[in-house]
Amino acid sequence: MVKYFLGHSVLRSSWDQVFAAFWQRYPNPYRKAWPGGSKWKLHKAVNKEQASESPLHSDICSKHVLTEDIVHREVTPDQKLLSRRLLTKTNRMPRWAERLFPANVAHSVYILEDSIVDPQNQTMTTFTWNINHARLMVVEERCVYCVNSDNSGWTEICREAWVSSSLFGVSRAVQEFGLARFKSNVTKTMKGFEYILAKLQGEAPSKTLVETAKEAKEKAKETALAATEKAKDLANKAATKQQQQQQQFV
Amino acid sequence: MNSVGEACTDMKREYDQCFNRWFAEKFLKGDGSGDPCTDLFKRYQQCVQKAIKEKEIPIEGLDFMGHGKEKPENSS
Repeated sequence: MVKYFLGHSVLRSSWDQVFAAFWQRYPNPYRKAWPGGSKWKLHKAVNKEQASESPLHSDICSKHVLTEDIVHREVTPDQKLLSRRLLTKTNRMPRWAERLFPANVAHSVYILEDSIVDPQNQTMTTFTWNINHARLMVVEERCVYCVNSDNSGWTEICREAWVSSSLFGVSRAVQEFGLARFKSNVTKTMKGFEYILAKLQGEAPSKTLVETAKEAKEKAKETALAATEKAKDLANKAATKQQQQQQQFV
Repeated sequence: MNSVGEACTDMKREYDQCFNRWFAEKFLKGDGSGDPCTDLFKRYQQCVQKAIKEKEIPIEGLDFMGHGKEKPENSS
């Protein structure tokens, strides 16, 4: 299950100014690494972009960008600029998440931002996502920057994001296993009842009944085994799904 | 802004300066030819790619712009 976000922002600057600024965003007061890593004084947002609601550009002061590098860049034959930027950010989680996922606390988040700048059409498209902590959560963001339809001196940003977690698959596996085990226990319970009722009602438990009890026990064992296998399979699928999505080859 | 490879930060800043000038003055105005920053970029890349390998940052084999993925629009 994926959480979807759709947003729209406007910058009161022309497209060429915005595209140039895109490469010079870091550091800025909202996201540079502060020596000592202490709290920030809140500034009033001077720029709507900095106060946007994108899941990758969250609340002011909550994330620090530690490093920024271009790791690929080329100009295509049709004069578009393709770039890939690697960012590392601190991984700030709420305390309950730190307790649940201690292994993730120590590691920074690595984020890739791919972009296509098309000066002829005056548009820029970006796609940004995290390449580690992926088993816990993946956030993908796609932005299209273009000239504002009302004011050609302004730039608008259409932003979509998808937030997903393979933990959702794990909880499904736990539920499936729980239900299957419960069903096999019900079978055992009913057979047990039949057996003891027959006994109490003075009937020697017939051979059939004793055998049935044994069969029920065997069947219950098989059901539980099948359930465990299914649950394992679901959990594995969920865990590898995120990795596969990140590791596709061309 | 620092590079992920501590030794690469100066090279990165030099390249960034060159790129930002070329990007605003040439590329955005339709003149994408004659990139004057290629040597700086090569030096910078040699350094940063080495640092990425040393830190085992998993940037290999990832589709540009995440191509090939179906993007579901709805969620609940």
